[in-house]
Amino acid sequence: MREEIIVSGRNNPLIDPQLHVWHWEIPTYLFLGGLAAGLLFFAALYYLRGKENEYRTAVKIAPMLAPIALALGLIALFLDLHHKLYFWRLYTTIRLESPMSWGAWTLMIVTPVSIIWSALHIKELFPNWDWKFDFAKELIGFFQKKKKVLAWIMLISSAILGVYTGILFSAFNARPLWNTSIMGPLFLASGLSAGSAVVIWMSKNHAERKRFAQLDLMIIGIELFLIIHMFMGFLASTQVQIDAVNLFLGGPYTAQFWGFVVILGMIVPAILEGLELKGYKIPVAIPVVLVLFGSVMLRFIISNAGQASRWLY
Amino acid sequence: MRYAMAIDTKKCVGCSDCVVACQTENDVPIGYCRDWVVEITNGTYPQLETELRSERCNHCENSPCVRCCPTGASHYSEGGIVMVTKNECIGCSACITSCPYDARFVHPEGYVDKCTFCLHRVKKGMKPACVAVCPTKCMYFGDLDDPRSEVSEVLKKRKYKTLIPEAGTKPQLYFLI
Repeated sequence: MREEIIVSGRNNPLIDPQLHVWHWEIPTYLFLGGLAAGLLFFAALYYLRGKENEYRTAVKIAPMLAPIALALGLIALFLDLHHKLYFWRLYTTIRLESPMSWGAWTLMIVTPVSIIWSALHIKELFPNWDWKFDFAKELIGFFQKKKKVLAWIMLISSAILGVYTGILFSAFNARPLWNTSIMGPLFLASGLSAGSAVVIWMSKNHAERKRFAQLDLMIIGIELFLIIHMFMGFLASTQVQIDAVNLFLGGPYTAQFWGFVVILGMIVPAILEGLELKGYKIPVAIPVVLVLFGSVMLRFIISNAGQASRWLY
Repeated sequence: MRYAMAIDTKKCVGCSDCVVACQTENDVPIGYCRDWVVEITNGTYPQLETELRSERCNHCENSPCVRCCPTGASHYSEGGIVMVTKNECIGCSACITSCPYDARFVHPEGYVDKCTFCLHRVKKGMKPACVAVCPTKCMYFGDLDDPRSEVSEVLKKRKYKTLIPEAGTKPQLYFLI
């Protein structure tokens, strides 16, 4: 028997009895950031492969959601800060060992690039759009010429954005549940899956929808593969990590994780998308909403369960 | 210079004087604390063993909080003491989640706060408030690089442990056992 009593009362709110310093803001941002990363990644990828007309929604229309998602995500991030007026301190230094510093600087690149990309394609959505001022037209002309460079920057920075959302968690060895390098690829895959789901939803072109349904199926397969490996890694690791993963294997987060993330967020939409590819008529909104729901839940559950996991000493 | 603290778990009676002294000395807001006392009981009745530990920031040599801080507000100061610069801290809480000892908290004013080993007192040649006030004199503070310092001497004589060294943090809070 082992009993731990904190005699003096470590009366720091949010730390005892269980750490809870990251609330809805961080997972919300991680979802929106991941979604933006997915949208921008596919836009850049298919533009660079010369398929901008074939996959018009993915390259030109859907990425317009990215700056909106990023802006909302940044608002959430800002709300999370406790010393808000000092937020600019993020940009007075570059700290290579800090994932959050990487994230701040990546956002500094991704956000303007996504805005420029959207501006370049605004006429696709509003054919009568007029830039009014000459300098704006010149600027658009300049970026139009440099579109390939822009696409490369977008491809790389969006991949960093997608991976970093997971690394933000995996870099903390104090929370054993987060401390696995699978988090980076898992969150990137989840962001890409959310991005491709949104493209399926917005697209009216059958070939494009089919392509992204295939892509999404493949990515869901990769996510399931990563999740299985995550569990294998944890169960073969030290006692603290075994205890941590038991939060999902019989512990308080079991039903949420398997029910919301794995079954409703991955397996059910994968089956529905598979059936659709086989020619069954399935309302496109159902798998799309499920994928997005799963993506949100993954972040919330990992964030909360991670804060419940700790070293015992 | 390497400041460290040794705490005698055999002499500690868990009176929490160190906690109150710290709160008074450092003007810690009501409802918060930078140090705390843990009582752990192991075993099965009637073979029980109790350990009392006055805990605080471990001022780790390889501090995850310093590494993860995105602004550099968390940094190493004199003698390896881990400090937070108030007006560089954005209150993102990354350091709080990175600390395996849960030694940090968000101050009501928004920045992250924690034990400083009373650097302001140490600079004047005084002991940290918790050490100075301890009625059983179970705490030792000093420079590990000085072989004649109080803390070096006691660590030479006694068996000791650190908390979760397997977390790779190289903690500088030694518990005499």
